[in-house]
Amino acid sequence: MIALKIQDLSKSFGSTEVLKKINFEIEEGNFLVLLGPSGCGKSTLLNIVAGLETIDEGTVFIDDYNVGEVEPKDRNIAMVFQSYALYPSMNVKENMVFGLKQAKTSKEKIEEQLKKVSNFLHVDELLNRKPSQLSGGQRQRVAIGRALVREPRIFLFDEPLSNLDAKLRVEMRREIKKLHQKLKTTVVYVTHDQTEAMSLGTNIAIMNHGVIQQYDTPENIYNKPNNTFVADFIGSPSMNLISGQLVKNANNTSFIPEGSNQSNNISIKNYDFVKSLEENSNDVYFGIRPEHIHYKKINDTDFEVNLRTDLNEYIGHEQIITFNYCNQEVLGKFPSTVKIETGKEMKLFFDLSQISIFDKKTNNRI
Amino acid sequence: MSANITSASYKQLEERSKIKNLLLRWFLYFVLILFASYFIFPLYVMVVTSFKTMEEIRQGTLLTWPSQLNFESWAVAWGGRGYGAGDTFLRPYFWNSIKMVVPAVIFSTFIGAMTGYVLTKWRFKGDRWVFLFLLFGCFIPYQAILLPMARTLGELGISNSILGLVVVHSVYGIPFTTLFFRNYFVSIPNELIKAARIDGAGFFKIFFKILIPISYPIITVTVIWQFTQIWNDFLFGATFSFGKSAPIQVALNNMVLSSTSVKEYNVDMASAIIAGVPTLIVYVLAGKYFIRGLTSGAVKG
Repeated sequence: MIALKIQDLSKSFGSTEVLKKINFEIEEGNFLVLLGPSGCGKSTLLNIVAGLETIDEGTVFIDDYNVGEVEPKDRNIAMVFQSYALYPSMNVKENMVFGLKQAKTSKEKIEEQLKKVSNFLHVDELLNRKPSQLSGGQRQRVAIGRALVREPRIFLFDEPLSNLDAKLRVEMRREIKKLHQKLKTTVVYVTHDQTEAMSLGTNIAIMNHGVIQQYDTPENIYNKPNNTFVADFIGSPSMNLISGQLVKNANNTSFIPEGSNQSNNISIKNYDFVKSLEENSNDVYFGIRPEHIHYKKINDTDFEVNLRTDLNEYIGHEQIITFNYCNQEVLGKFPSTVKIETGKEMKLFFDLSQISIFDKKTNNRI
Repeated sequence: MSANITSASYKQLEERSKIKNLLLRWFLYFVLILFASYFIFPLYVMVVTSFKTMEEIRQGTLLTWPSQLNFESWAVAWGGRGYGAGDTFLRPYFWNSIKMVVPAVIFSTFIGAMTGYVLTKWRFKGDRWVFLFLLFGCFIPYQAILLPMARTLGELGISNSILGLVVVHSVYGIPFTTLFFRNYFVSIPNELIKAARIDGAGFFKIFFKILIPISYPIITVTVIWQFTQIWNDFLFGATFSFGKSAPIQVALNNMVLSSTSVKEYNVDMASAIIAGVPTLIVYVLAGKYFIRGLTSGAVKG
């Protein structure tokens, strides 16, 4: 069953178009992450789903029902905010049951729900405390608890972990994942953190400038980015985009990096083109992730190349090396156990089974 | 040069800066005490004069302590001498002022809170203009609106009444109270309102249940500000009321300026203190919160 469906949704603030014809749907029980840089419209989209923001154009369906005119409280949703947004004057218990009280739920039912949820989230000992007496992680837990007691059809999370410190963030991330595994409720989760998106989402929608760039599983987003924006946004360091040209022969297609001669070509005959090549679309980017540049041959199809090392960034479990490839910077990621000297030539292998090729004009995958 | 400083010269420098700091400190205290006396001096004169008899005052010893505490002038200032015509005393006007201040403070604070709430949390098209025009109200000199206001009060049939003064002060308090509340509410995260809306709270519920309980600092500031303004106002009181419905400041003026016989300085001083005491009490009771409210910013949590 489709839990949430967005159709041709557009929204402007004044003259700025924040969302441009957004379309997607999400199956019940899935975990959708809206990922994108700040200002890409992801939070606005979430607010529209919640009913906190008006729609300019398009439709939002929750359980196949057009909720355009439905009040936030009646949409069967619950939302968790970045700043937690706990009511400062109320204690934890009052915070959690406020919604139920507004909905005129019976006292017994409220007590029952409160007990269940506070047990589940281990906040039963905090019930009489004010939000100001809680730590960041506890506040976040209470905020999630406030959402849980409503037993919503869809959970909306608006950057819920951004205010936590690094260690707590990883912990809470796992808890949210566990929560979803247990409850199987549909989730829409907004973040600008790619690790959060990758680890939590069953689906990811990458947004930029109010447009969904790619809506896919985490695996496909990582391995088969739709365009250079997605390729660049995901991964750390991001994908190398080597500028160059495609040359077609009778039974072979090869890539020649810019600033080199014909002899330096990489044969990509095994590449799985999503679109047939047009005659004049041979200006391309050759995309390869830093971890797909190996220091020893792994596959037969690996392409061997000699590169000069320019820079070595040691970061503990691995090292990131900057190479000079035909006067273009190419980054490689290697285990820190490999000894690499700066300023020397090094034999490397491009894993051609993992590459992506993008049209330079449209920036789309070909 | 600096490399050649020996431990002996360090010692010398240390001594020198110690003396310098000490001298500066003494100078600082001297200046502070000077300023403090400058401010406390008139109050001192008022208080001692109010307890003196006229005999003592005529001797011209302004600064001396009264020979004995003489409460008579206070009694006269508050309750009069007990004879008929021409006896002005403060008691009825004091209550006039209370009857004017309390409702005017409550109305203007409440309306300001509401307006500030709408201007920050229920934004609408043109809200900036509304706020801008409201701000104009802070800058308009009161003299400029005396005539139109007199006319308005006349039309409403509430000129020369306490109700009329309540209306005038409420209306002219709104720009300030709105400014206070708007600036306070702006610092409260909008997510709080969103969360409450999803929880099913409406316009008034959010205001009374979520915002008001965390607004005590700014409510205190507003109440003190409004109380002081309205209590101390002379212009509106003198213009829109006379005779029995005048507030205390007007009565004080009448008392002090219109006496035809000998000036009774002790009674004048006692009256002036009585007229000023309520604001002092408000400051003493709520002053702590006043500072806290002025400096408090975002509400955490």
